[in-house]
Parts: sequence; structure tokens; C-alpha cells
Amino acid sequence: MAFAAAFFYLFSAVAVAAAVMVIVSRNPVHSVLFLILTFFNAAGLFVLLGAEFLAMILVVVYVGAVAVLFLFVVMMLDIDFAELRAGILNYAPVGATIGLILLVELALVYSGWVLSPEAIEGITAPAEGDAGLTNTEALGQLLYTRYIYFFQMAGLVLLVAMIGAIVLTLRHKPGVRRQDIAAQVARTPETAIEVKQVKPGQGI
Amino acid sequence: MRNILTIADAAAALPEIALVTAAMALLMVGVFRSKPATDLVTSLSLFVLAATAALVMFSSSGTVDAFNGAFVVDTFARVMKVMVLFGSAITVTMSVHFMKLERIERFEYPILILLATAGMMAMISANDLIALYMGLELQSLSLYVLAAINRDSARSSEAGLKYFVLGAISSGMLLYGCSLIYGFTGVTSFAGIADTLKQGEAGIGLIFGLVFLIAGLAFKVSAVPFHMWTPDVYEGSPTPVTAFFAAAPKIAAIALFVRAMVTPFSSIASDWQQVIVFISIASMVLGAFAAIGQSNIKRLLAYSSIGHMGYALVGLAAGSAEGVRGVVIYMAIYLITTLGTFAFVLAMRRQTGALEEISDLSGLAQNNKMLAFILAMLMFSLAGIPPLAGFFGKYFVFLAAIKADLIWLAVIGVVSSVVSAYYYLNIIRVMYFEEPVDNFDSMPTELRMIIGASGIFVIVFVALAGPVIDVARAAANSLF
Repeated sequence: MAFAAAFFYLFSAVAVAAAVMVIVSRNPVHSVLFLILTFFNAAGLFVLLGAEFLAMILVVVYVGAVAVLFLFVVMMLDIDFAELRAGILNYAPVGATIGLILLVELALVYSGWVLSPEAIEGITAPAEGDAGLTNTEALGQLLYTRYIYFFQMAGLVLLVAMIGAIVLTLRHKPGVRRQDIAAQVARTPETAIEVKQVKPGQGI
Repeated sequence: MRNILTIADAAAALPEIALVTAAMALLMVGVFRSKPATDLVTSLSLFVLAATAALVMFSSSGTVDAFNGAFVVDTFARVMKVMVLFGSAITVTMSVHFMKLERIERFEYPILILLATAGMMAMISANDLIALYMGLELQSLSLYVLAAINRDSARSSEAGLKYFVLGAISSGMLLYGCSLIYGFTGVTSFAGIADTLKQGEAGIGLIFGLVFLIAGLAFKVSAVPFHMWTPDVYEGSPTPVTAFFAAAPKIAAIALFVRAMVTPFSSIASDWQQVIVFISIASMVLGAFAAIGQSNIKRLLAYSSIGHMGYALVGLAAGSAEGVRGVVIYMAIYLITTLGTFAFVLAMRRQTGALEEISDLSGLAQNNKMLAFILAMLMFSLAGIPPLAGFFGKYFVFLAAIKADLIWLAVIGVVSSVVSAYYYLNIIRVMYFEEPVDNFDSMPTELRMIIGASGIFVIVFVALAGPVIDVARAAANSLF
């Protein structure tokens, strides 16, 4: 138990520190890298909670896709982050207010647990399932049986999103040279080389 | 071992599964065919829509629950699905010519319509808050892309972006409502919500959620006060896409609206009825007055469709089987009249390109008597003048409202329909009494046939009203 607690404090401390660094670091690339570090530590927290599926999804989706996309955007677009950051202190009161509200909400939730200990039992009702299943298996068994319809519909929505992105953005430019490996391999010395008789002193 | 997909579930959703599988197959055809595949994919998708309609009608009977109650197939669903499939098929047909002339023909266009149609069918059959949202998103996402499909035109892109941003906000409201309803009842299925509500009194939290749900749905049917996107999106999108927006998605959204109110919330009907009454009055009045100043025919039809959604909601406000029967009849007539009118807008074209102004219609009656006559009939029908089809649509919803003691709602409806007659009649005045300008280019056969069929429908509806009313009654009774 103490071991788990130690890891909890490790992951949370690093996550909070990395989150702070996301905001304050000067170089936007560093910000994104700190964001990835935050995600990894949040995934560690999920593992401690026994939600290994969520942990892996967090790494795969947020680190693997979202954060890398951020990184691409940050590196490829010419954005002057110093300029964007110029007025950041003006927004400090708004940010502080939001932080304060979140803090109050957290305090309310926590005091709810303290005042009525039975309330916490209501939120920790695990989904029914066979004992000894990992939660990936348990989710899979529900998702592909009871919720098969919703799952398939979600798949269709994603298909439409993909078709839509291609319809609206893909342009076939004429005259673009593409690599044609078959044509390259099929070249013979006869088609590739032309022998010219060059008279001395004249050039081609 | 639990089954992944039971045979019974698959059989209930057979039309949807067939439609979606065919859409993906057509996508492959379009991608891997070396020659331009637009024509092939378009004709195949028409065939797919027809086959799906046949499956909807004949593959099941009675009321079938599937996927643990998330999906329901009943007579109401079958009738609305056939209407949606019909609307989509006609829109695909009348798009072909326009898309070619505007050089925006792409094989993805019919495929996106197929996928949007699958989303609409899922909406119509939704019997669960999650199923409702998934169907709605599948439909909306396809529509956002369709609105922007003419990507080189700033107006089309603007329409797509506007629709997307506002649609996302409305989806957010809808989800917020759904989460509140789930939070206060503990279930997402409509049947479960109905059970919970029967046991005890609805709390203020649930009503709050219900209002947000209605707000989200009202956006999808473009009812006032969530209508602001409609004129801009209708005007900016390519005309065949506008025709599609005005036809099939409206049917699906109204069907979803009806089911989402009537099935889970029947025991607190008085709570949602007052909201529907307000939305309905606001839509009718705004539709009547705001359209008067329009000079662009697509904007005019946008306001007209806002008004028509108001009339359809009068039937829902009644909250009875009779009211829902009125809604089904109203939507059937609205669908066919709207398709005919948009086919006409698509036919407005001269050498210079597509025309969208009402003034372009000047003196049409002297150039093309038949076309002007049919458009006049369609306009009379939209205005609700007897004995044309539109009159009967309004008659049945107002009748239901009067029987439900909502007499003043019916009175406001009649008054606003008289006001709206002004701008419909104005179009007829421009056609018959203004100096003629050049004739339109001759139109392709399919448009001619759609305009003609729609004109004949509104004129002879009196004769074939009986069967339509029977079907609508059967559909409405399956909900109650």
C-alpha cells in the first residue's frame, strides 16, 4: 500500500510539475514535450487505479496521435509564440478565477464524502462482469455484444468523417511527378541509355 | 458465450445493414475504378435506395425490438423510412444534370447521400438516447460535407462551415439534455424512461433535460428559435443539396422528434406540449412574415420550410394519435411538393448559368405555359388552398389541434397560412403578369418527369387521399 502511495505521489508530482512547465516554458516544442510527459504520468495514475485500458488508450490516443499532431503544428507553422505570450499576464485573473472555482468544486466533492461516507459507495459501482477479467476484456465483451449497434454506428460516423475530409481537401493536381516503381524496375539499358555519336570539338 | 449479433437483431436492421454495406461497396467501386465512376455509382445508388425501400416494406412486420430495445421497427418507422428513401432517391436523380453542368460531379456525392440516409433510418428507428444521438450525428456529419461539396465556391464552403459550427452547438445542447435525462431516470432507453416516469413525478431536472433535448431536435428540424442557419445554408449550398436538405432530413428529424416525445415522455405530455406549441407558433409566424421580403427563391423556400415545420409540429403539439397521423400526412405532402418545387428551381437555367432570383421567373407563363401552370399549382398547394394536396395536410393537423383543445393554436396557424399565401401568390403574379424575359434552357427529362409527377400529385390528391390517410393512421397507431 505504501508502495502504491509512493508511486501515486511520484506520478502526481511529476504530472503537476510538467503541466506547469507546459504553460511557462519559452520554447513551444518544449511545451508539447512536457504535455506528453503529463499524459504519461496521468496514464501511470490510471494504472494505479486499476484502469489499465484507460491508461493504454491515453498513451495511444493522446501521446501517439494528438500530441504528435500538436508537435507537427508547432514545428511547421510559423507562429510567433513570444508575441502570443505577450499579454498573458492580463489573463491571469481569469485563469485564477477558473482555478479557484475548480478548487471550490473539488472541496465540495471532498466534503460531500466526508459528511456522508455512504455517498462514495454510489459512485464506485463496478459494471457487472465475470470475475477475473481484465477491464479490457470486460469492456470488449460489453462493447461487442450489448452495445454492438452503437459501436457500429460510431464506426460509420468515423467513416463519414474520413470520406468528408477527403472530399473536401484532396485535390488531384495534374503534372505531379509520382514515383512509379514498376516503371523504374522495368527499365532496360536500351530504353534508359541513348548512344550519341559526338563529333570532336562540337558538343552535343 | 454471448452472441455478437443475433439473427433476430440483424433481421430487424436488415435494410440499414444492406444500405450501409452497399454504400461501402460503392465507395470501393468509385475509388478503384480507373475511369470516372460518377455515373455508375449514381445509378447503382438509385438501385440500392429502391432495394432498401423494398426491404423496409417486406422484410419485417408488426413491431420488432432489436439490440436490447435500442432499435425499434414499427409501422411508423416503415412509413417514414420509405418516405426518406423516396426523398433521397429523387434528390439523387435530379442532381445528376446540375452537378455535371456546374462541374462538381463526384462519386462521393451519392455515397454521402446513402450514408446520410442510413443515419436518417437509424434516427427514425431510434428507441434509445444513444441510438438517437448516433443516428443524428451520422446524418448531420454527411449533411455538413454535402453542404460544402462545391468546395471551390466561397458560398458553399461558408454554408458548410456555418452548418457545421451551429450543428455542433445544437448537438452539444442535445447531449446535455440527454445526459440530464439519463441522470434523473438512470436509463437511456425510451421504454425505460417511460417506466421510470410512470412510477413517480418528473423532477425539475428531468424537465430541464427535456427542454434541452427539444432545443437540439428543434435545430435539426429548423424550427424557430433555432432556425437561423436555414436561410444561409439553403442559399449557399448547391441547389440539389438544398433540395436534399429540405426533403429527406426533415422527414427523419420530424419522425425522431415525434418518437422522442411520444414514446418516453407520454406521461408528462403537458410539460413538453407547451414547448412544442411555442415552437410551432413561432415557426409558423416567422415562416409567414420573414419570407415576404426575400428575392432569392432558395431563401424564400428556406423560410417556407421553417413555416411548414411549424405546421407539422402543430400535429405533435396535439400529442394524440390523430395528431401524429396529421404529421405523417403533412410530411408526405410536404415531401412531394418540395421535391417538385426544387426540381423546378433546378430547371431555372439559361446560358449564363443557374438562376435563383424570383425576378428571373418574369412572364414565364407566356414562354412555357405548362411549366408555369404546374409551378402555380405547387405554390397554391404550399399555400394550402383547396382542393390541392397542401390544404389536406394543414386540415388534418389543425383538426387534431382543435380536438386536443388547442383551438387558438389552429387559429394562429390558419392566420399565418393566409399571410404566407401572399408570397406564394406573388411568385404566381410574377410568372403571369410581368413582362416576359428570355426563356429557360430546355430541361432534362428526369426534371420534367419529377415536376410533372409532383404537379399531378398535388392536383389529384383529393382522389387518392383515402389510402394515404389509412397508411398514416396505421403508422400513428403503432406509436400509441
